[in-house]
Formats: sequence, C-alpha cells, structure tokens
Amino acid sequence: MTGRGDWWYDEAAGPVVRPYAMVRGRTRPVTAELHLVTQVRAMPSASDPESLTVEHLEIMELCRRPLSVAEVAAYLDVPLVVVKVLLSDLIQRGDVVIRDPARIAEIPDRNLLQAVLDGVRGI
Amino acid sequence: MASVESERPGGELLVPTPVKIVIAGGFGTGKTTMVKSVSEIAPLHTEELLTEASVGVDDLAGVEGKTTTTVALDFGRITISPEIVLYLFGTPGQGRFWFMWDELAQGAIGAVVLVDTRRLDSSFPSIDFFERRDIPFIVAVNCFDDAHNYAVDEVRGALDLDKSIPVVLCDVRDRESSKTVLVGIIEHAMSRLDAMA
Repeated sequence: MTGRGDWWYDEAAGPVVRPYAMVRGRTRPVTAELHLVTQVRAMPSASDPESLTVEHLEIMELCRRPLSVAEVAAYLDVPLVVVKVLLSDLIQRGDVVIRDPARIAEIPDRNLLQAVLDGVRGI
Repeated sequence: MASVESERPGGELLVPTPVKIVIAGGFGTGKTTMVKSVSEIAPLHTEELLTEASVGVDDLAGVEGKTTTTVALDFGRITISPEIVLYLFGTPGQGRFWFMWDELAQGAIGAVVLVDTRRLDSSFPSIDFFERRDIPFIVAVNCFDDAHNYAVDEVRGALDLDKSIPVVLCDVRDRESSKTVLVGIIEHAMSRLDAMA
C-alpha cells in the first residue's frame, strides 16, 4: 500500500531526527562510564539553562527525582548511548549528581542484600 | 515539592544505591511477564545500538554504511526505600547479544533463569552463562496451564543442575509467586556470601 498520506516514516521507521543530531555526532560520553542502573539526580536548578539543549532540559526535568540511566533513555525514547553522552555533559557542568551501583564488579554486601530482601517481602 | 527524604542533613541531595536482578531464560519463558507482575511501574523499554556497544566507534564517519542492530531491553523497578532501588532486567535474545548480558550481569545480586518444561533446552544457554561466570542464580520453572507438572527433581535432573542451585516452581503471572522467586534468588545470593565468609 503506497497511497497518498502513507508516509514512509511511520512509527516503525523510528524518529525522523537522527539520534546523533541531538549529540552533534558524538558517540562516547567523556566522563566515567555510566551503567544502566547508575542513578542520576538533577541539582535543584541548572547552572546556565540557556546554554542547554531541549534534551538536556528534559533530562533535568525528569531527574528531579532520582532515575537510572536506563529509565532516562526509556522516558526520552532515545538509545542508551545518546543518553549517556547527554548525561556526561550535565555531569561535567555539575548540573546532575550520580551514584554508581554499590560495587560494580562485586556482588552487593550482606546488609544491602538483607535490606533488599526485606523490601521485596514487603511489597 | 521537595519531600522530606530528598535531602540528607546538610542539604546534600540523596541519590539511592541501585541494585539489580537479571531475569533470564529462553524465548517465551515469561521474562517480561515476570518483570511486569512485580514492577511498580509498567515495564520500560530501551535500546542499545550494537555497533556502538560492540565496536566502540569514536566518530560517525561511515556509520551510514554499517548495519546498526539495536538490542532491546525491558526492565522494571521496585523502590525498596529512599536509599535503595531494585531494577529487574529481562535479558535480550541469546547468542549475538552476549555482550549485553555481561553488562546486565555485572554487579547484579544474581539471576533467575526461567524455564518452560515444554522447551527445557531453550534455557540451557542461560544456565551455562551464569554457571561459567559464577554468578548466583536459581532456576524457576514457570508452570504454564498446559504444561506437564514436573517434579522439581525431574527438572533438576533434566537440566543437570548442581544440587546447590535452588529450583522453584512458579507462575510468573502471579505477583506473589514472582515475589517468592525474587526472595529465592536474594536468599541464595546471601547464603553464597555466607559460605564464602
């Protein structure tokens, strides 16, 4: 079916704006590695909002409550790699604070596990 | 709208410690259903680009000519407390997405390998993955309505599992049943920690 109004850029075609246009062609975050579950929280106000892009500002708005990198990517509906680049800009500016998983290469400690266990039992 | 829990004394912003549990298993074993039944939010969906993650290009010169594959990730969230948040990640398809499994498994409390008794072999690669990396995991037999009712010992035997690996029966559509599975993997991770101490 190729009738009039049958646009090629339907939902399945993905966003019309190429993801990398948002990050000016950059594919690598400049700061330390961000993990899927790294928590991001925006500072109460951005240091210089005029110099931020719409996407940066959206992240600042989303992260008024702490969210993981993966959640930010899901809510913005952009690939993880793009979100990591945008977040690294905000980290460098000091506009967001982050917390990495407890110990990235190790399993969490016993007290943390006990707290998670109690929490899951309580939901 | 700052809540009372949003700041530590001294005005420092409170940022929770994230933890995660991986939900693995073959295609159609109920991974997303399990995430959905216990997550406090509707499962979220995000994508990683395969060329970025696997090759690690520094600029986009010639990227148009390359085939870009996306790896889809579905995940849920359980806020344990203002200080701790638990994420549940369903694993993407097996095979060429192993690099993504590595990232998911890194630092995880452990993994749940879901098994469908009608297609036991579809979960073999998941079991292999966690066994080889010595990551704590339990096997959860998802009891579909029309599935044969197998005894836990039969499944253990068929999967050739070490006797230290817990096997539980569950119905992942049921929230309480899924909770029991999560409790199972956390307890297993704790007992392994105790055994090492």
